[in-house]
Amino acid sequence: MFASIVSYGLAVGAVYALIGITYNVMFSASRVFSFTAGMLGMLGGVLGALFIAKMGLPAIVGLVLVLACGAVIGLVTELLTVRPVLKSIEQHLYVLSTLAFALMVQQLTAVEWGTEAQPFPRLIPIGPGWLDQQFWLPMLACAVTIVGLELLYRKTLIGRAFLAIAEDSYAARALGLPETQLRMASFALAGVIGTLAGFTGAEMLLAFFGNQSILNFYGFVPVALGGMGSNRGAVVGGLALGLFQQAANFLVGGIFAAVAVFAVFIIVLLLRPEGLAGASTARRV
Amino acid sequence: MTDTSAPAQPVRALSLARIEGALPWIALGLVGLLLPLLDDSYIGVIAQRAFIYWILSAGLNLVVGYAGQIAIGWVSMLTLGAYTTAALTAGTATPAWHPYLALVAGGAVGALFGVIVGLPALRLRTFYFAMTTLGFATIVTQVALAWKEVTGGGVGTPGPVFPWPFDPGWGFYYFCFILAALATWMTANLASSRFGRALVAIRDAEVAAEASGVAKPRLLVAVFLFAGALGGVAGGLFASLQSYITPDAFTFEMSVLFFIAILIGGRGSILGPALGTIVLTVLPEFAAPLVQWSTFLYAALLLLIVLIIPGGIADLLDYKNRRPLERHREIVPRPELLARVLDRRTGGEVLSLANVELSFGGVRAIAGLDLEIRPGEVHGLIGPNGSGKTTTLNVISGYYAPEAGQVRLGDAVLPPRAPHLRADYRIARTFQTPRLIGGASVLDNVMIGGTIDGQGSFAESLLTLPRHRRDEKRLREAAMLALAVVGLDQLAAVRADRLQHSELRFMEIARALMLRPACLMLDEPAAGLSADEIRRLGALIVAISRQGTAVLLVEHHADLIFDICDRVTVLNLGKVLAAGTPAEIRSHREVVSAYLGA
Repeated sequence: MFASIVSYGLAVGAVYALIGITYNVMFSASRVFSFTAGMLGMLGGVLGALFIAKMGLPAIVGLVLVLACGAVIGLVTELLTVRPVLKSIEQHLYVLSTLAFALMVQQLTAVEWGTEAQPFPRLIPIGPGWLDQQFWLPMLACAVTIVGLELLYRKTLIGRAFLAIAEDSYAARALGLPETQLRMASFALAGVIGTLAGFTGAEMLLAFFGNQSILNFYGFVPVALGGMGSNRGAVVGGLALGLFQQAANFLVGGIFAAVAVFAVFIIVLLLRPEGLAGASTARRV
Repeated sequence: MTDTSAPAQPVRALSLARIEGALPWIALGLVGLLLPLLDDSYIGVIAQRAFIYWILSAGLNLVVGYAGQIAIGWVSMLTLGAYTTAALTAGTATPAWHPYLALVAGGAVGALFGVIVGLPALRLRTFYFAMTTLGFATIVTQVALAWKEVTGGGVGTPGPVFPWPFDPGWGFYYFCFILAALATWMTANLASSRFGRALVAIRDAEVAAEASGVAKPRLLVAVFLFAGALGGVAGGLFASLQSYITPDAFTFEMSVLFFIAILIGGRGSILGPALGTIVLTVLPEFAAPLVQWSTFLYAALLLLIVLIIPGGIADLLDYKNRRPLERHREIVPRPELLARVLDRRTGGEVLSLANVELSFGGVRAIAGLDLEIRPGEVHGLIGPNGSGKTTTLNVISGYYAPEAGQVRLGDAVLPPRAPHLRADYRIARTFQTPRLIGGASVLDNVMIGGTIDGQGSFAESLLTLPRHRRDEKRLREAAMLALAVVGLDQLAAVRADRLQHSELRFMEIARALMLRPACLMLDEPAAGLSADEIRRLGALIVAISRQGTAVLLVEHHADLIFDICDRVTVLNLGKVLAAGTPAEIRSHREVVSAYLGA
């Protein structure tokens, strides 16, 4: 039982962590919290099942197509819901515009794909047992994403430009960095990461339109606790959340797990609004 | 005497507007009252659903439309209320309760959880709070599914049946109707009270609300309590209307419906969201083939509203505020009315800073500052950019805690980091960029300044008890008088975001006067004013100080400073470079070389 708690917990945790990173990537480039993170996770599973199980494409082609769709949806998100309201960011209209867009996509999925959870195809025939791909695939995806992002941010010019925008977009613009293009690139990247999370986690979570709101919340918890914009916080928080949830599920039942996560979330935010590892706030007057 | 009486005309115009505003409600009420004459149970059920949704949305409207908190998962209150009422009536967890008592319990549970979910909003805004309500809605549904003994799990549980006089059928219809009318009445009362104005102020200009003494946590907790209770009651009624409830009945889409109804209606309106709720409840009944697309269409509608008309229906209906204002307006303050606004008793205390120090990182913004602002005097604070003028103001206002030293008013040490407590000490201020409550009228903007003088409680305002009405009358009269003093009384009913920049500066002064300040701090009040306006402003400031108020004036216009100040302090690099009478300062060698120029 211990092995199954750990393997399942870490796997779910890796999905949460990836969704958390999706929030971060969008936030860093635009100061926008986007409700589309959970949607991307949901789409990763549904589109994967559509391409591979329904249309019979090879797994690798399916994966590439899913990630490409993610990137396109990321771009659409930026164009349709973020750019028009960026000027009045103080009014927080982006909360509503991204929510509206995410809901439209979710309903479209519900109508076209169906409201029943459907199985996701096995990609690699190892297992069953704790070596089963459904457990290590999300963890691998998480590791690859983290390493990839580190390399991108530290080693490449475009990555440093991302960091500059995240640090101080005003100064970065004054230096002549193309903020708009970088923002679009960030949203496309977030689309890829989000759908990757959904794709690799879908054998566990199934291809289900209802995953959207679950991933939206549980993917946000590690970000809120770890501090906005911190990918390290998102990974640590995500894995811890996954383990805690599974342990509680096995030991005391699902109700307690859900309530406990929510209680911890509220209490931490009340005590430290900037997150456990986050920095403090800006000047108001 | 005739010229010292404040013009009453705008007040009359306001009460006329109130009668005009009541007409749609009377029409809606008549339709609701007479609908049973059709004797069509299908229409009856739709109407009951609209009433029930509105009971929830009326409360949610205060949270979303007035306080500007994005509570997207408020359906959880409906779920909680429904299951509480149903489970208590059925007696699955306790001995069976009487249905009406169970409904009250549903409201109480809604109120409790409304506060719990609302807590994060006290410290965090927007997305975090939106997420909390969303997460809570998800969790409530999960618990309803899992807690089989009480909720029946996925199979569900029967809803309560209310006995006579509100038994199923038209009895229950009138029950819903009465409660919906009650909810409307109470939220309308609250919205037009000082609490409602404070909510809008928190939404549009939180800093100004704080400076006026609005205690945000207490106010928001009260609003969440009320909105949660209405949601819980709506839930109990919903369970009865459905006659059988399962967790599937409380989808997140429903939450979106409530939310969108409010946004379509427009923020800061009650009629708009009510119409929005009715339309969104009724619409799917006429478009049966579109039912599975309804959420998609709601979401698309939300996106369109956000992108195209963020103001909602209420903005489109607000024809009065589209009438052009007079083009060449002149602000003519009437300082002679000041004696009626300020009573001399409130002044008389010295505001003093003793050896105050504050640094930001490695920068010493204030390095050992002593300052004394005496009642009845205008004290100028000047200095080059970055010399610490505004920082000094912010220390006095309580935004920053000094690292050393104290700020006192008379003998009392002012608590650091508590800007919302400054109003209690009768310390008022204006801001470098005017903090206006854009969606509210000029009169409302000024009335905010008198918040701490209100005596009635939140509950008294909900029910318009006498103390609430006295508060309102007094605040309105005082605000009209303050507006007459600064010369804006003709614009009292105009929406504040339509004023010119110079008018906003005078409006802020009127708001500050509402506090009958012992100390008034003005942060660059002359910036952006014409030469004529600066002259009138100067006369007004002097007149205010002669009533016994200590005035601290931060300003860059050297002429104004030397014209009206009794005492001037020059700051440089966070220290006092020179202090004295204007004449002394003007001839001070270092000041001339460092700041004024030869």
